Amino acid sequence: MQPSVRLLNLGDTAVTVEFGDRVDPLLMPRVSGLDAALQALLQAGEAPGLIETVPTFRSLTVIFDPLVTARPAVDALIQRALQAADTQAAPPGRTWRLPVLYGGEFGPDLASVAEATGLSCEEVIARHSGTPYRVYMLGFLPGFPFMGDVAPPLALPRRSEPRVRVPAGSVAIAGGLTAIYPWESPGGWHLLGRCPVRLFDPARPAPSLLAPGDQVIFTAVEAARYAEIDAELRSGAREAASFLDLGAAAQ
Amino acid sequence: MSAVVAIVSPGALASVQDLGRHGYRRFGVPRAGTLAPDLLRIANRLVGNPDGSPAIEFFVGGLALAARDEPLQLGFAGNFAVEIVASDGAKRLLPAWRSVVLAPGEQARCGMIAGSRVGVVAVAGLAPPRLLGSASTYARAGLGQLLGAGDQLPATSVAPGTPCHWLPAPPAVAAPDTPIRLVLGPQDDHFSTAALVTLESVTYTVSREADRMGMRLDGPVLEHKPGMTEIASDGIVPGAIQVPGNGLPIVLLADGQTAGGYPKIATVISADLPRLAALPPGAPLRFSLIDLAGAALAARQAEAELLACLAAIEPLGPEGGIDLNALYTENLVSGMINAQAEEWKLLL
Repeated sequence: MQPSVRLLNLGDTAVTVEFGDRVDPLLMPRVSGLDAALQALLQAGEAPGLIETVPTFRSLTVIFDPLVTARPAVDALIQRALQAADTQAAPPGRTWRLPVLYGGEFGPDLASVAEATGLSCEEVIARHSGTPYRVYMLGFLPGFPFMGDVAPPLALPRRSEPRVRVPAGSVAIAGGLTAIYPWESPGGWHLLGRCPVRLFDPARPAPSLLAPGDQVIFTAVEAARYAEIDAELRSGAREAASFLDLGAAAQ
Repeated sequence: MSAVVAIVSPGALASVQDLGRHGYRRFGVPRAGTLAPDLLRIANRLVGNPDGSPAIEFFVGGLALAARDEPLQLGFAGNFAVEIVASDGAKRLLPAWRSVVLAPGEQARCGMIAGSRVGVVAVAGLAPPRLLGSASTYARAGLGQLLGAGDQLPATSVAPGTPCHWLPAPPAVAAPDTPIRLVLGPQDDHFSTAALVTLESVTYTVSREADRMGMRLDGPVLEHKPGMTEIASDGIVPGAIQVPGNGLPIVLLADGQTAGGYPKIATVISADLPRLAALPPGAPLRFSLIDLAGAALAARQAEAELLACLAAIEPLGPEGGIDLNALYTENLVSGMINAQAEEWKLLL
């Protein structure tokens, strides 16, 4: 028997399969298990009308063409995939070590976060970097990774005044999560620093650098080193894949 | 033969769109694609392109295109008139819902769209760059860009005298008070009973904050249950109605984000979404709830109506035959407008 699963109506072109109502690492294998099972049916040509699936923290949204299939058939497909889903052997994901220049112009909220938490700026950096964060999902913007979990003292609510412009590459925290903005956009998270690695590139076969299940460890770098890495990436002398931690992946 | 269509003036927010980008929402890439799939398919059929080919979508009016060195065939879908300006400056006015061959040096200027904010121009053989399986523009993430004056897009030249086509009876327009149909969920349980009654019984107004990403509505507040104004982000599709803490609904459109943290009280059905997306700021709208079976039926009916419309496209008579100018322009012409003028910028 499957533990509580709800099928929620999302119009006549989609259904959301909900495993829980909160961010919970234990839900991830269930989401990715169903996702993989449905992708397998799609690849095998056994999912007529299925367009794509979208995994989130706690649910999988299944998008279909209502002119080709209908909800009863989609529901039956989901039930079949739920039975077949392997929720135990979720792949461990890759580990990335991504450089961050904390504070200053690139991390304008570092001081206010320090003040709000009673920590020094150095302590905020020490607590944010060096720990592995799990990529829960991608969304909001192309390649935007929702990652957790940030240690409690840094789990601040969003800024009361969202910024109209958050620069691309900004490394930010809010609500126990951390993220890197792949694109300039409005945003209400606290900006701690900047990462020079491009998170989304439509020219790459997998356009998003990170995938759900990956782990990210932020590494604090000085301004000179940041500039060096930035220049190497821009000139093509260095590739984003060089930030993969191969040792960790082999474990 | 290769040719280019030149953007003389983009009007307001013109972009290349097709039927959308599929398979990349898991990476946070929105579907994008045209707000008016019916117009896109009609415009393409008018110039002999496959139905889902990329075309130019524009808002309000003011889009002007030119053929540079080779003749081009253009197809116009939407409730607007087109002014053709010859290289010697001579002008003639045509209704939309037809194709036209533009000689080198000629321009086509789209007038103000009446009763809607969206129009589509197809170009025979239009072949803009495709990224991630689609030519749809999603400028925010570097997938194409909004069209600007001087831009050129590759297309296919046509022989002078290539026959044109027209649609004698454009698609029926629903009466303005016809409700937009919704399916409840996925988070209707986050709202008070009063909110569900309000949703179906009052008139909302399209606000000035309306773009390809979404449309904010003005009207009565939809009340959440206590403490239920946010959710852990889950999937969103175009048509979903998010209600943030202030209680005012936001309907997500083609460029809407793939996931979000506000409860979604209901979702506009696919058959009615183009009608909603075309409403200009200030337009009133009402909602009515239907069940999934009704929504599926509506999707099939809308497709059948569009297919009938496409099948009705026929060749235009030879020059000197039917005088379309005389037949149609008298009712259509209410003066051309400059959509780049200040008063229109306010709307976008």
